[in-house]
Amino acid sequence: MLEVRDLGVWFGDRQVVGVDALDLDKGQTVGIVGETGSGKSMTAYAIAGLAPGMGARVEGSVKLDGRELIGLSDGALRDIRGRRIAMIFQAPISSLNPVFRVGDVFLRALRLHGASKANARERAAEAMRSVALSPDLLHRYPHQLSGGQAQRVAIAMAVALRAEVLIADEPTSALDVTVQAEILDVLEKLQAEESLAMLFISHDLAVVSGICDTVAIMYDGEVVERGPVSETLHHPSHPYTRELLAAVPRLTTPEAPDA
Amino acid sequence: MIRYAAERLGLGVLVVVGVVVLTFLIARVIPGDPAVTYAGPRASKAQLEHVRKQLGLERPVIVQLGDYLKGIATGDWGTSYRTKRPVLSDLRTALPASVELVTAGLILALLVGLPLGLISARFHGRLPDVLIRIASVIGVSMPVFWAALILQLVFAQKLGWLPAAGEYDPNLYYTSPLTSYIQMPTVDALITGNFAVLKSSISHLVLPAAVVALYPAGLLARMVRASVLDTLGETHIRMTRSLGFGDRAIYGRWALRPAMNPVIQVTALVFAYSLANTFLVEAVFDWPGLGSYAANSLQALDTPAIVGVTLIVAIVYVVLNLLVDIAQAAIDPRIRLR
Amino acid sequence: MTAVTAPTSVPGVRARGFARRNPTLVLGIVLLVLIVLVALAAPWLAPAPGDAGTATHPFNVLTDPSSAHPFGTDLVGRDLLTRVMYGARISLRIVVEVLLIAGVVGIPLGLIAGYFRGRVDQVIMRITDVFLAFPALLLSLAIAFVLTPSVQNMTIAIAVTWWPWYTRLVRGEAASIATRPYIESCRVLGVSHARILARHILPNSITPVLVQMSMDAGGILLTAASISFLGLGAQDPTPEWGLIVSQGAQYFATQWWFVTFAGLAILFTAIAFNLIGDGIREMLDPRRVVSR
Repeated sequence: MLEVRDLGVWFGDRQVVGVDALDLDKGQTVGIVGETGSGKSMTAYAIAGLAPGMGARVEGSVKLDGRELIGLSDGALRDIRGRRIAMIFQAPISSLNPVFRVGDVFLRALRLHGASKANARERAAEAMRSVALSPDLLHRYPHQLSGGQAQRVAIAMAVALRAEVLIADEPTSALDVTVQAEILDVLEKLQAEESLAMLFISHDLAVVSGICDTVAIMYDGEVVERGPVSETLHHPSHPYTRELLAAVPRLTTPEAPDA
Repeated sequence: MIRYAAERLGLGVLVVVGVVVLTFLIARVIPGDPAVTYAGPRASKAQLEHVRKQLGLERPVIVQLGDYLKGIATGDWGTSYRTKRPVLSDLRTALPASVELVTAGLILALLVGLPLGLISARFHGRLPDVLIRIASVIGVSMPVFWAALILQLVFAQKLGWLPAAGEYDPNLYYTSPLTSYIQMPTVDALITGNFAVLKSSISHLVLPAAVVALYPAGLLARMVRASVLDTLGETHIRMTRSLGFGDRAIYGRWALRPAMNPVIQVTALVFAYSLANTFLVEAVFDWPGLGSYAANSLQALDTPAIVGVTLIVAIVYVVLNLLVDIAQAAIDPRIRLR
Repeated sequence: MTAVTAPTSVPGVRARGFARRNPTLVLGIVLLVLIVLVALAAPWLAPAPGDAGTATHPFNVLTDPSSAHPFGTDLVGRDLLTRVMYGARISLRIVVEVLLIAGVVGIPLGLIAGYFRGRVDQVIMRITDVFLAFPALLLSLAIAFVLTPSVQNMTIAIAVTWWPWYTRLVRGEAASIATRPYIESCRVLGVSHARILARHILPNSITPVLVQMSMDAGGILLTAASISFLGLGAQDPTPEWGLIVSQGAQYFATQWWFVTFAGLAILFTAIAFNLIGDGIREMLDPRRVVSR
């Protein structure tokens, strides 16, 4: 459904992303793992079409259902953003506009993509319930929500807009472990019910191993290894992947990973 | 929210009282004899004595201060030594004129500065930004009295497009007399449908208001630019973009409102600065506002008038700060809970 | 993905790099240096140094700009170029003196208020509140009026209205530093308050004040010029720019040069100060994106 080929992102003369290939199918969750500076977030922004707005230059091909997104007109891209590709971010409360009630952004986004006033309210309420939140929370300001609630609101927006692809940029990194679990549950539920295609970016191997079907390991802007989660994480072939795995603290005595 | 406002109000009253005391004491230090001003330069010694008793100038300063404070609270702000009228009524005609001018100037500054700041942010680093930034620096560096003189010369005298002085054409006193409600010709004319005066007063406002607007417009453009650029870097704007909103929505709503916070914070400062500038502008354009009244009172050593002007300016500033604090709390909900 | 590192050992290269990254600051400094040079060189460069003082030339009154008098002459025949040049000396002196006085008064008060807190803090803060309830210009005018108008008294008047800002700023910084653990350990060790204030609190709270001062310079200049324009500051024959503009105001329609050059001098100098202030603020902004 989502095909990325030879994606390059530059800031001035410096290249930050050089991804040869990345694929995402309907109902599939692909994880992108790497340390800070590996280019994983920029890859996500480039796919979502947000890179030029950050001052970056993008080249290559990103195809959504066969349609090329790179080089598309701004107007056409804006139709796709939200409606077909949605995104959630790290630090969920910061990702909501602090001076507006949460519902304001929500409803306006829905109406931007064609819903009527009444219809928007309905869909928003429905979406909130699907992430186990009361629609009353829409009247609150972001700082009146907890981190977990805020992230679920962001997810609800994607659901209400009926996006087909959800790009999640470190969605749980800023939350406590118990709240993390809640959010992951919500995402898993969506995977199952809506066959959402999800791009899950994280530095946390444990989380990725739980929720993703396939994983791509990124280092210095390039994908150094990719494959199904179980295989890649248990039988890593690239030395960097092995390093990452070795860095995960274990409760038992360490055993050398199978070569 | 109410508590917040009440707290601020209490503080304000305290400050005003402090200001009055300070000014009263300063005014008492002014060299020169108020009795002479009141009675005139040819008054005899006996008459001066009489006037002194009448004005209560012989009593200890503390007592005079006490009486004065009591008077303020009950609406008696003393009688001007110079105009022989109650200070309060003098102020009632002078203050609105200044307010009219400052308000016109600030509205103009807002209409010019805000969009320029947004444009500057939108095209930052490029030509429109550079040009606007140059203009802003000139705006905040411009000596107000000089700009007033130049605009007056160019537009009033050389080109004859706009009138050079006064609030509105004096001939209209006879041909189209204005009934005054709040002593602001523009507003009064609007309310009473007196279009001749309205036209005249607006054309008289243009130049002075433009001069008053120079500094705030420049400042506003710079602040809006900085604030919007800061806001644009925040995650919630990225979220907004990812939802499909375009530049118009982002610059017009999503980045604009959070960016207004620091701008509003300086509003009180800007108003105070503009009020001061207004006095300079009044001097050049012969505008019958507080500035002229203050200048005349200072020259005549008219203590009650001087204290009255000081008091009114302090009150205006305190009220303004209050309004700004409340506006800030209204726009940014995070402030209320602090 | 290789990066080319520029040689940083050559001084010229580093200076150019600095200039490219901080154009506003450099422009402001260049302008200010020009003005300072003019001010310093005035006694030698000016065509008629005596005209900055009490000299009068009754036969040369209000003449147009010419090669002998590039800025024309004023209402008693004095060469305006000379007076404008000497005016630079006066304006710069006023700005420096005001900042000095306001700093010397305001900073210690702020340190005391922020460090000792409690009643002292409350009292000092209330006093600053009262002073801050007034726009600088108005209060300066009032004070300048009370003390007989002159450049010295005007300087004092402006300084009196300006110090509360610095007190506020310093107090904020001092208060937050005073609560830091290392200050507490100093006290436990028996270090005297004076020493703590001087060695630890002062150096760490002074930066915002210095930045603010650089931004205030322009405002002080304009305030001084405005006060002189209204007649409550510099008096004739002192060649202060604001005074010159007020003298020329009534002749403006026919002798345009009288007002113009003095006003331009004010504008130019204010721009220089403001650019420097902006430049310093930009340079210290922690969120600045420096393109590599």
